[in-house]
Amino acid sequence: MKYLSAVLGHIGGTVLLLVRSLKYVGTLPHQFPRFIEQCYLIGYTTLPIVTILSFFIGSVLALQSGYSMENFGAKQFIGTLVGLSMARELGPMMVAILVAGRVGSAITAELASMQVYQEIDALETMNIPPERMLVMPRLAAILCMMPVLAIIANLCGWYGGALVCQYTHFISVDSQAYFAALKRFMEPKDIIDGLIKAEVFGFVIVLVCCYTGLSTRGGPREIGASVTKAVVSSLILILVLDYFVTKIQL
Amino acid sequence: MSSTYTASPFVGKTFGVTVSHLTKQFGRSTVLKDINLEVRPGEIFAIMGPSGSGKSVLLKHIAGLETATSGEVRIGEYDAADPATRDKVHLALVFQAGALFNSLSVYDNLALYPREHRLYDEAGIRERVMHALSILSLEKAVKKFPSELSGGMKKRVAIARALVMEPQLLLYDEPTSELDPVMSATISEIIATLREQTAVTSIVVTHDRSLAMSIADRMAFIMEGKIRATGTPADFKQPSDPVIANFLHPVVDLKNPRFKQLEHNYE
Ligand SMILES: Nc1ncnc2c1ncn2[C@@H]1O[C@H](COP(=O)(O)OP(=O)(O)O)[C@@H](O)[C@H]1O
Ligand SMILES: [Mg+2]
Repeated sequence: MKYLSAVLGHIGGTVLLLVRSLKYVGTLPHQFPRFIEQCYLIGYTTLPIVTILSFFIGSVLALQSGYSMENFGAKQFIGTLVGLSMARELGPMMVAILVAGRVGSAITAELASMQVYQEIDALETMNIPPERMLVMPRLAAILCMMPVLAIIANLCGWYGGALVCQYTHFISVDSQAYFAALKRFMEPKDIIDGLIKAEVFGFVIVLVCCYTGLSTRGGPREIGASVTKAVVSSLILILVLDYFVTKIQL
Repeated sequence: MSSTYTASPFVGKTFGVTVSHLTKQFGRSTVLKDINLEVRPGEIFAIMGPSGSGKSVLLKHIAGLETATSGEVRIGEYDAADPATRDKVHLALVFQAGALFNSLSVYDNLALYPREHRLYDEAGIRERVMHALSILSLEKAVKKFPSELSGGMKKRVAIARALVMEPQLLLYDEPTSELDPVMSATISEIIATLREQTAVTSIVVTHDRSLAMSIADRMAFIMEGKIRATGTPADFKQPSDPVIANFLHPVVDLKNPRFKQLEHNYE
């Protein structure tokens, strides 16, 4: 019961933070340098790990499906399978998980330590709302960077699959055939659905992490606790939201 | 340190602060107990008291950073706890630990307020920031980050940051606690000069007897969350209250039985 009311309180607080932050959309042009800085931190620094992981996820996907599809002679459809799974599901999901672990944790730790060391109090006495200076630029940046990261993840995953198909002896589907199969059943909607998913995930992660960071009270110990809490909540939310967003999209 | 502070002529109202029946509880412990204070517009008001007596918590209530369990704080006619008050009263708080922005250089810490509120152009901001830094002899620290500063330097940067804000109500939380005597004297000068040149009302929380005695118009003693006495510095020259007398002029008793155990340990 106590736990439930705490969860409801956090949901309420997060929604409230969103509403208060949205008031400052108009200030974004004045905060352009901050926005760019966040784009850099969120997008650019996550890029290498996104590339590597999605490449290997695409490869494994091709390997596993090649192994099972070989039995009933459906090897020519590996491209379709890898293409659609990456675009609709694995690309956005994997980017979201990486963003939660890499960006979400950093945001929470930064805002939590600003709270603990009274920097947030200082901002408030200066009449500079933290929602304007700290939350809004991060939300805007994640909305810009998520589609970019998701598209890159898709491309890397597709090429990973193609390489495996061509050079694994029991599959040996050349990349032309692979990409032909990939294109044949892929519609723009599949890609767009995936990007929308990525946007939803990214937005929720950043919002939850900002809220958790800003609502930290206490000392250095609580900063660590907040980071854990924010990352775990983000991961749970990603998986739960994934189901509902997919359901709406299909 | 002879550089006196020349504040830009400040247009605006002066605000007094009225604390009435303020009580604050954290969980079960009552930190402030029915505090009543009247700070008049434009005066320098010192609050003294032993550590842990609730001085910082009181200051946070005045700054609107804590909500009272009961009672209220008014700044002029405005409620200090109402966020809208910040649009009407320009207040600055020098935090006990500085509360500098760790990700910003000293320069950017000072420039943040005028930039965010778009008070001046970059040149105007630069001039004000450099002026405030020079008063506190911080020219060499302009480009440094807070993590590269000593405790006393952080405190001075925090004071400089408050000066740049050109506030109408300036709250200091132990401004001289980590400073050497020369720098402490400079802080006294700054607080006194500001009062002469601008309409600022200052509330200074301090342990520093000489600071309070030399600059305060009036002062209050807070002990265990209660106001013990209020008056002018002259009233406390020869305090009749033994508790306050002991706080202002503590007697060092080397034969205190509390230290018996210590002696044993070293035998
Ligand atoms: N956020 C808080 N939660 C619980 N107790 C607090 C909090 N802030 C201060 N206190 C308690 O209130 C009392 C007064 O603290 P403070 O105002 O910081 O003392 P000081 O007079 O030294 O500035 C202390 O006993 C402290 O433990
Ligand atoms: Mg204190």
